[in-house]
Amino acid sequence: MEPFKTLTSLAMPLDRTNVDTDQMIPKQFLKRIERTGYGDFLFFDWRQTPEGEPVKDFVLNDPRYEGAQILIAGKNFGCGSSREHAAWALSDFGFRCVIAPTFADIFFSNAGKNGIVLARLSEEQVAELMQKAQTTPGYTLTVSLESQTVTDGHGFSATFDVDPFRKFCLLEGLDDIGLTLRHAAELDAFEREHDEALWLKAK
Amino acid sequence: MSQPKTLFEKVWEQHVVAEPKGEPTLIYIDLQLVHEVTSPQAFEGLRLTGRKVRRPDRTIATVDHNVPTTIDGRLHIVDQIAATQIATLRKNCAEFNVELYDVDSREQGIVHVIGPELGITKPGMTIVCGDSHTSTHGAFGALAFGIGTSEVEHVLATQTLPQSKPRTFRISVEGKLPMGVTAKDIILAIIGQIGTDGATGCVIEYAGSAIRELSMEGRMTVCNMSIEAGARAGMIAPDETTFAYLKGRRFAPRGAAWERAVEEWRKLPTDAGATFDRELTIDATTLVPYVSWGTSPGMVAPITAKVPDPAATQNEQERKGLERALEYMALKPGTPLEEIAIDRVFIGSCTNGRIEDLRAAAKIAAGHKVSSHVHAMVVPGSQQVKAQAEQEGLDVIFKDAGFDWREPGCSMCLGMNPDILAPGERCASTSNRNFEGRQGRGGRTHLVSPEMAAAAAIAGHFVDIRNWEVLEEVTA
Repeated sequence: MEPFKTLTSLAMPLDRTNVDTDQMIPKQFLKRIERTGYGDFLFFDWRQTPEGEPVKDFVLNDPRYEGAQILIAGKNFGCGSSREHAAWALSDFGFRCVIAPTFADIFFSNAGKNGIVLARLSEEQVAELMQKAQTTPGYTLTVSLESQTVTDGHGFSATFDVDPFRKFCLLEGLDDIGLTLRHAAELDAFEREHDEALWLKAK
Repeated sequence: MSQPKTLFEKVWEQHVVAEPKGEPTLIYIDLQLVHEVTSPQAFEGLRLTGRKVRRPDRTIATVDHNVPTTIDGRLHIVDQIAATQIATLRKNCAEFNVELYDVDSREQGIVHVIGPELGITKPGMTIVCGDSHTSTHGAFGALAFGIGTSEVEHVLATQTLPQSKPRTFRISVEGKLPMGVTAKDIILAIIGQIGTDGATGCVIEYAGSAIRELSMEGRMTVCNMSIEAGARAGMIAPDETTFAYLKGRRFAPRGAAWERAVEEWRKLPTDAGATFDRELTIDATTLVPYVSWGTSPGMVAPITAKVPDPAATQNEQERKGLERALEYMALKPGTPLEEIAIDRVFIGSCTNGRIEDLRAAAKIAAGHKVSSHVHAMVVPGSQQVKAQAEQEGLDVIFKDAGFDWREPGCSMCLGMNPDILAPGERCASTSNRNFEGRQGRGGRTHLVSPEMAAAAAIAGHFVDIRNWEVLEEVTA
């Protein structure tokens, strides 16, 4: 996982609430067995007409936002299906940070495991950033994970909360399994005793 | 007397492996369910790092998401990418020694249907699966939740997960459910009331007399859609109904071990005086049959209601969301829900694809005919459900009425197999999500109970099931 320190990038406004993971990566692309190559399919049904033409007024197709690594969206971003393909698609497309008022739980966890920083700001702050990103050409934000801030260099500055451990993992780009295996001895001891609880056996 | 505890706290505490300072708690996972869609990259991760599946005996796999639901379709899967994914699961299970209930197995079915019916799901367990509807298993008093593929790999390798402790939320549904109102209506009403992010960060415990009166199938329907309210998981205290369901099932304990297990499980329900971070009480007697009209499971209304008018909403962003939903659904504000005509009906899924759901739908369908402009399909949740239904003659009732009787799988709940809506088609569906394109690009989904779906198939439009005329008695 790529470590995340500070990111300065164009910000793309996706002015929709309850953006679900079915929209981020529709079902037909979940049949692949690879972890990469999902970027072309991100928001597929919103980006392309059924005939395969680009949907002109959809923000991902707007040349003004080409290369944006920061996405601004409405509340409850990432709701629905647990598909990690949604995080893979965002990351593969180039997004490294999403700013929204709230995120759904499973997506939150999946994003973290793929080095994507999710910054929760208030509804008012997100509305302000959304509006600026829509109206200011080349609107750029800086997201610092170290200082937990979002700034635009023109007076906007906000802080966001991050769980300290998640922050540590994102900053270092750490692999979870390796971290867990630090507890191998405790796990072995727990498991020996837990296996005695026959009523919790699977088979 | 120790501190009173909730059901969730008891299960959580029994599974704490380590509580490193400043980090999430490491909890032990008793069971992982695996399917073809969210596992290939996890097994590949194990291979790349030289890791093994730590506990194959706590792991089971099946194919459900993209298997076709016709016999011919299953023998020769035309979609080569889907076929590769299924073949990959087969190879991974063989390599890592994981038991697989394959397409031709008598135990094959939707993961959330087969876990309970095989007696693998048990009270007090921690259960995960790379599928957000894992919350279904909470109906047994298990802590069960959906995870992403990185976490699937983590559990395969370590049988644990680092987890921040969720908050607790008790929803008590008190009183007797009126006739024609089902478990599906309870959960649709809850989501409609608290919203699709109403329980984010929480584990919901469903309590109250209306919940206790539900069968295990009904309880699974309620817990299944917890995720649609944003919850991590949903749980229901185990009781005599739970034990009666489990007893004698293939992987349930037997003899003295059964007695010992029940003794332990009886300790699980929330203690009197235990506190929750949030509480909500719902009066069951006020509930009615519900229909979703929009593109989010929170967009529901009583069958007697009309399509809402976005202009009545003050909040601009909410209004834009409503307008967008109605545009996608091609619905005009003020249209009575009962007047909405449908093209397709889907009865099945991990929400409503169990034997009781099929019995309920068959009771409505018996002696009637599916409307000439509707294609209706019934997809049993598992091979066992299918066999049971056929033993009871439900398949004959459905076929006589003009329903298409299919092989088990997730099918049109998410349309990863050939069962999808055509653009613009409108479907009454017993599944769990009405997102844009969920059942096929441009398709329009309305979530309802199995009874409401069967009645809509026959009438050709939504009807209030409370006014339905049952033509023939169906006896199991």
